[in-house]
Amino acid sequence: MSEQTIDKKVDSAKKRKINYAVLQEEIFENKINAEKKIEPKDWMPEGYRNHLIRQISQHAHSEIIGMQPEGNWITRAPSLRAKMILLAKVQDEAGHGLYLYSACETLGISREELNQQLHEGKAKYSSIFNYPTLSWADMGAIGWLVDGAAIVNQVSLQKTSYGPYSRGMIKICKEESFHQRQGYEIMAQMANGTKEQKEMAQDALNRFWWPSIMMFGPHDADSPRTGNAMKWKIKRKTNDELRQSFIDKTVEQAELIGLKIPDPDLKWNEEKGSYDFGEIDWEEFWNVVNGNGPCNEQRLDHHKKAHNEGEWVRDAARAYSQKQTTNE
Amino acid sequence: MQDLEKYILRIADSSLILSHRLSEWCSKGPTLEEDIAISNISLDLLGRANSLLEYCSKVNGNKSADDLAFKRDEREFYNFQICELENGHFGDTIIRQFLFDSYASLFFKKLSESKDETLSAIALKSIKEINYHLRHSSNWVIRLGDGTKLSKEKIQDSLNKIWKYTGEFFEMDELDNEMLKKQIGLDNKELKNQWDIIINETLEKAKLNRPKDGFMMTGSKKGIHTELLGKILSEMQYIPRAYPDAKW
Amino acid sequence: MQLELIHKNKLQMNKAATIWEVFIQSKNGLAHKHVGNVHAEDKEMALQNARDLYTRRNEGSCIWVVKSEHIVSSVPEDEESFFDPSNDKVYRHPTFYNLPDGVKHI
Repeated sequence: MSEQTIDKKVDSAKKRKINYAVLQEEIFENKINAEKKIEPKDWMPEGYRNHLIRQISQHAHSEIIGMQPEGNWITRAPSLRAKMILLAKVQDEAGHGLYLYSACETLGISREELNQQLHEGKAKYSSIFNYPTLSWADMGAIGWLVDGAAIVNQVSLQKTSYGPYSRGMIKICKEESFHQRQGYEIMAQMANGTKEQKEMAQDALNRFWWPSIMMFGPHDADSPRTGNAMKWKIKRKTNDELRQSFIDKTVEQAELIGLKIPDPDLKWNEEKGSYDFGEIDWEEFWNVVNGNGPCNEQRLDHHKKAHNEGEWVRDAARAYSQKQTTNE
Repeated sequence: MQDLEKYILRIADSSLILSHRLSEWCSKGPTLEEDIAISNISLDLLGRANSLLEYCSKVNGNKSADDLAFKRDEREFYNFQICELENGHFGDTIIRQFLFDSYASLFFKKLSESKDETLSAIALKSIKEINYHLRHSSNWVIRLGDGTKLSKEKIQDSLNKIWKYTGEFFEMDELDNEMLKKQIGLDNKELKNQWDIIINETLEKAKLNRPKDGFMMTGSKKGIHTELLGKILSEMQYIPRAYPDAKW
Repeated sequence: MQLELIHKNKLQMNKAATIWEVFIQSKNGLAHKHVGNVHAEDKEMALQNARDLYTRRNEGSCIWVVKSEHIVSSVPEDEESFFDPSNDKVYRHPTFYNLPDGVKHI
């Protein structure tokens, strides 16, 4: 749109004494309050749009980076069935990343730019993936705990106000349930298997429990973005609410298969009707978030390497397609 | 080992080992979409290997499909050597896949006529998948061959390097002849003409040169492999071998 | 301003893949439904990518892919949006905007 056109429109509006920004804001807020979806072509406050870009893209990055710790064990999967299931699961993660990048792009940002943000450290991904997978049991722990935590979060997000994000989450939730079952099945089988298997399973739980509950982020009081996110109905439940929900579900699952949650302060609170649990090591949490986890550098390097090594392929595909267009 | 067992293993092993190689691409693809495409093909191959190994296990009577996959040694594997080649760069993988898919599309089509009902059924199910794989790999050969100068160089190089592994597709040994006589197996030599047609058609569209037939690698029918298979098996088989009493 | 959304690095924009919207007909007789997008360079790749991404669980009997730039959309009820340069663009893909060579700071 040329500058003259814009000037004309502004003049016209001034004449009609209508403040369009206020009108748009009102329409937007009415939609939010009425539980209607905001769609890509709708007017939205810059803050809303930026928050969504950040949240959706980080969610997408998490799915993609998450392929690495699990992908690490595909070639060592100990049975044909385990191999098929793990490969299908990791493939699903790629798919979920794609659904989310797709939803994010509707907000006016390209996947290439999102990629760049990830590489430059401007965008983050879930810290849980900065921990290494050290044994086959970790495949169980990740499926059970990490996907379990993700499910708690994602079920809640199905009701998020932004249309494409909500639809993406509904699709993802449908596919996610097999992931958690896969993980829990591995843990259950190992916990009931040989002595070494049981030890391996307990060890995996010991290493992944705290990072899993850290996935829900800082305490509500320490989370500055939660306010807006709740107001705009991007987020439907707070960090602490989701975390509590996850813990309550999972403790019983662990007890059922004879594994012990590594939290000496974990206790059922009859009055609350839920579990009390120990304090999270916030120093570890912030360290890992800020880049000082065991695998941060490795995960990004891996992603960058794949991207760089694939450049000639993407270039070729583009060149080929352009030749076809010229010939049509 | 019975003839039928060994015959099934030849087919199963190629699918199993190629699937394994493709699974190594996970999270390393040139695009996310390609990551999914490759793991999709890997899963199809793995499913096929599983069906074949289950059948072999039935014929064998003692070993399970997992036993067959995870407890055989290098000299007891009968996959084509092309399947165990390293992934290299994307062009190497695509060429390997294209050469194999073209052969597989013809092989499984013929195998669907086998007198052995199970093999015939597995073959029928595989045909749809293989046609899709061939579409994928041949399209990429064309894109890379007729893409940029760099992509053409790279993929022509891949083709030149890997060509010598294609001879194995069309070999016939005593076992093959036995199976052919029983109308369970097929004549691999007969596939060559059709295969040439598929290859030439795609290479022409891709503006690539077909390498001259020279020395051809051989031996997999007898369990003779490249040095690569041993390393694949060390990784693939390590957990069941380290914990022989455990169920996974 | 909308134009601020456009990515500043022109090289990046030139290397951006084409975006295709995907429509799936899950069962014979039903209408095609929009499910999302894929990146691909040619239509064959777009179809295959769409199939791999959106029908992993046999959710489809027919797939349509359409380049995003070819989709024409109606405008939402609140029509007087000042800063909407092109009313019929579906999404705010920054790659839709053709800027002249050599333009800076944009």
